[in-house]
Amino acid sequence: MIWTNDEISALVEPDRVHRKAYVDSDLFDLEMERIFESAWVYVGHESQVKNPGDYYLARIGRQPMMMTRDHNGEIHVLYNRCPHRGAQLCSARQGNAGKRIRCSYHAWMFNLDGSLDSIPAIDGYDGTALTIDGEDFQVAKAERAANYRGFWFASLAEEGISLEAHLGEARAGFDQLIDRAPGGETEVVGECFHVVQQSNWKIFLENQLDASHPGATHESTGVAAMMVERDMKNAGEEPPMSYGFLSDFARLGIEGWGKFGTVGHPNGHCTLEGYMGLRPDDPDTNEYVKCMYDSYGEARAEEILGVNLHHSLIYPCMSIQPPLQQLRTIRPISPNRTMSEIWHFRLKDAPEAIYQRALGYYYLVNSPSTMVNADDLFNWWKVQHGLESQGGDWVSFHRNAGFDVIDGALRKSPDGSMSEMPMRHMMHVWRNYMTANGKGA
Amino acid sequence: MGEAAEKLAGSDPHQVAEVSVETQLAVERFLHRQAEILDEKLWDDWLALFTQDGHYWMPAREDQADGEGVPNIFWENLDMMQMRINRNDHPQAHSQAPHNRLCHVVSNVIIENEDANGDIIVRSRFHCAEYFRYEVRNFTGKYRHVLKMTDDGFHIQLQRADLVNREGPFEYVLQWWL
Repeated sequence: MIWTNDEISALVEPDRVHRKAYVDSDLFDLEMERIFESAWVYVGHESQVKNPGDYYLARIGRQPMMMTRDHNGEIHVLYNRCPHRGAQLCSARQGNAGKRIRCSYHAWMFNLDGSLDSIPAIDGYDGTALTIDGEDFQVAKAERAANYRGFWFASLAEEGISLEAHLGEARAGFDQLIDRAPGGETEVVGECFHVVQQSNWKIFLENQLDASHPGATHESTGVAAMMVERDMKNAGEEPPMSYGFLSDFARLGIEGWGKFGTVGHPNGHCTLEGYMGLRPDDPDTNEYVKCMYDSYGEARAEEILGVNLHHSLIYPCMSIQPPLQQLRTIRPISPNRTMSEIWHFRLKDAPEAIYQRALGYYYLVNSPSTMVNADDLFNWWKVQHGLESQGGDWVSFHRNAGFDVIDGALRKSPDGSMSEMPMRHMMHVWRNYMTANGKGA
Repeated sequence: MGEAAEKLAGSDPHQVAEVSVETQLAVERFLHRQAEILDEKLWDDWLALFTQDGHYWMPAREDQADGEGVPNIFWENLDMMQMRINRNDHPQAHSQAPHNRLCHVVSNVIIENEDANGDIIVRSRFHCAEYFRYEVRNFTGKYRHVLKMTDDGFHIQLQRADLVNREGPFEYVLQWWL
């Protein structure tokens, strides 16, 4: 069906959302057009294309894009499409193209910035409209590309707010991921995990700041981790701290998660205050704090480590967890399928034990054998099935509805609550994007 | 790097060792029994297959020489394996209920190295069908085992399982070892 703005607006009420927002394929196409192919969407970190000639593919909305590094060291975001006959230029997920990108079909050669370098048997074009520097014969660039401290985004809308304005205060997630490195730099570790969620992209975002789910969804893993911790302690061994990230699910129960506040930011971003492993008191952490003091001086180091942030959700496409050095970005495929890229980061000059601890969390929560995300993925799959049914039209976001605390441009959950404010906030912003015809939120 | 990982990294992955028929049979019997233990979910027997420092390892990339310090699909010692058993058997492990059913076939068993102690490096191929939530999924790949010979027979010091589709994307999460 063709959706009018009034019909789209009617899907989002102050405390509930109509199921069609999650299952309708025409709405999905509009989401791609008005949100993912218009707003700033995450492409990748600069360390994914470390060397000249490197490329890394990324999907923005429905568009096949690639991030490249040219031989001057500059990064570009291009459409992965040959301007000759339309063939995809790079087909591996990542690689190094060498001096130039060569189209496999007719060997047109492109520089890493997308400019056409040469065409075999060029005299065949004598007297035609084709010229080497003609605009139609260059690989198209993303309408806008920008980075925030090495994290690259693209917007496929020619005009709109700047990346920094879009990120607003939620950019603290990136700052933390960099500033928590004593060496002031961060880089991706190897290749990311690619996991397909059999559910709508919004369900992933909603789950990230859903305080009332961990104790219920992850009970079995929490209890299992607690049992192993107990057995290890009985045997005189010290369990790894990463096990504690899991046993917290059981320790805090369902109602113990209300103490962590959530904040809704302009443009749909949300943040969650720190909870797990932010600054434990153990020899490894203390050694790390010492490194931070040495690098930044005590005052600045305390300022960095004192930021109360576990999770930054950058609407509409990603989640960053700086204390755990991981980042997840989502690439919607269809209303009921979403690709996720799950990246782990190394903080330059941090002690190895800090890297190992975060790696332990990355493994336990986000590897393809995770005992945590397995239960989330299954819940999301079940939600998608339920929403595809006629068993009810509405998704309830009533928890603490009407009690958000407004603080300037920010919307906060009431103290001690497990408010569904983040879900209501994101859907409110969704409605703005969807009815502004690509003019943003 | 652990002792077994170092051993594996130092071993020629194309070497074919001259071993006795008895050794070949004993190693094959061990691998077949391990597959059966997985298929039958005999978890006490599973844990008993490994040495105290044993690891089950499924790397995320082919060029990984060690499971330590890098992202892996699986990298589990006995404590982690116990945690996985506790979790999958917990009544609230909703995503794993009802349990899957597995059927392994292990073949192409080539002993790569046998040392004076009788310790073995062996490579083989596996195919595993999993029936889960009314669907059958297929997994296949290559094993490399570092087996320690003890008074009590072979024990796994390191099992490396390279899935053919190790780089993903993963349409599922793996909740039991393959």
